[in-house]
Amino acid sequence: MSDAKFEPKIVGFLCQWCSYTGADLAGTSRLQYPPTLRTIRVMCSGRVDPTFVVKAFAEGADGVLIAGCHPGDCHYNEGNYRAMRRYPLLLELLDQFGIERERVRLEWVSASEGEKFAGVVNDMTARIKALGPLNWKERSALYSGVA
Amino acid sequence: MAKPKVAFYWCASCGGCEEAVVDLNEDILKVVEVVDIALWPVALDFKKKHVEAWKPGEVTVAFINGAVRTSEQEEWVKLLRSKCPMVIAFGSCAHLGGIPGLSNGTTRERTLAAKYFESPTVDNPTRLLPQRLTQVNGYALELPEFSASVRCLNQVIEVDYYLPGCPPTPEWIMEACRMIITGHLPAKGSVIGLEKSLCDECPRKESKPEVLKISAFRRVADSTPDPEKCFLAEGYICMGPATRSGCGERCIRGNMPCRGCFGPPTESLDIGTKFLSAIGSLLDADTEEKSAELAATLVDPLGTFYRFSLPSSILKNRLG
Repeated sequence: MSDAKFEPKIVGFLCQWCSYTGADLAGTSRLQYPPTLRTIRVMCSGRVDPTFVVKAFAEGADGVLIAGCHPGDCHYNEGNYRAMRRYPLLLELLDQFGIERERVRLEWVSASEGEKFAGVVNDMTARIKALGPLNWKERSALYSGVA
Repeated sequence: MAKPKVAFYWCASCGGCEEAVVDLNEDILKVVEVVDIALWPVALDFKKKHVEAWKPGEVTVAFINGAVRTSEQEEWVKLLRSKCPMVIAFGSCAHLGGIPGLSNGTTRERTLAAKYFESPTVDNPTRLLPQRLTQVNGYALELPEFSASVRCLNQVIEVDYYLPGCPPTPEWIMEACRMIITGHLPAKGSVIGLEKSLCDECPRKESKPEVLKISAFRRVADSTPDPEKCFLAEGYICMGPATRSGCGERCIRGNMPCRGCFGPPTESLDIGTKFLSAIGSLLDADTEEKSAELAATLVDPLGTFYRFSLPSSILKNRLG
């Protein structure tokens, strides 16, 4: 499955208060991480409806990163707790759809953790490279029209 | 003026939708007073050649129930579409994929193996499977193709209106008939039901606590819910928050939580992830470990959240 030239497409939902700022810090600190991440800034990790995640996969993403403030640090007090509670259920559901757990990741990245952010993207990219492309539309019988 | 003609047809379904028509009771007499039934395989004898002989537009409306799994079903619904100016997807299976659509949670091969090899009531030592073509005494017998996935009706043909429910309720069936007869039709593609979520109409909504927390999941198979309390507050999975209202809350009144047969409201893209979003945030867990522990006790999230709607969901089916 894995292809040496395969560059994963990872959709990153970053909370604007912590993780988006953390990603900014990674940039201004000139930290290297691969251009696999397509960032979408959201107000809070709690805003990331699981519908966004399945839509990303159906539309061609190979991985989805959800990043928010550390527990206790949410700008809205408990938005990130909502993300935290949904995440394991989402993993169970995606598992039943045949989507590997490594393709979805929830991380807490504060505004000062540029280094952690770059590390997460590096690590996630490597893991998804090893898994290979998801190609949902091509591999799903109903999308590819062989149904 | 001659009475308009209507057709009823069934695909991958249980027959419950046909039962729903019979359940109109005396009202069915009102229906046949104003329309003629031109096709109804479950009750009247018609052949495909009769339908092929229809002039286009001769039969005004086709009510089609059931999901589409076989090549025969596909041929029939395409034939009906080519003849009838209006097609109504009747019931959850035609509307969203329904119970047969749960087969999309596994592969075609696993579905056939479960049915023909592994079922405890099946004795099949030579591992025979139905074949497309079989020769018997020099005659070729043909069976329809069993496709890779289950599809809902609008994934095969254009659908004008949807009557949701497993099965649709007599009230909405009569309402649909009234709309057709009077010509007061909603916008094309409308689902004939209400727009808000079931919780909004729920007879138990007053019992929903201010802060709803789920500390353990419970199942109606193992315990009996309190007949007056909000199911979710007690830990029973009730699809109310993500399901279209209009069903008359029959399940709730029968002390059964909502299973989502009316599907999502119009604005919702995916009933399963919307419900996951709602229920996930209600878990009584403040650590990642506790969240994972609780999530692991929910039996079959895919089958529970998409009980009636897997083929019409965003992901539609499982990968091999």
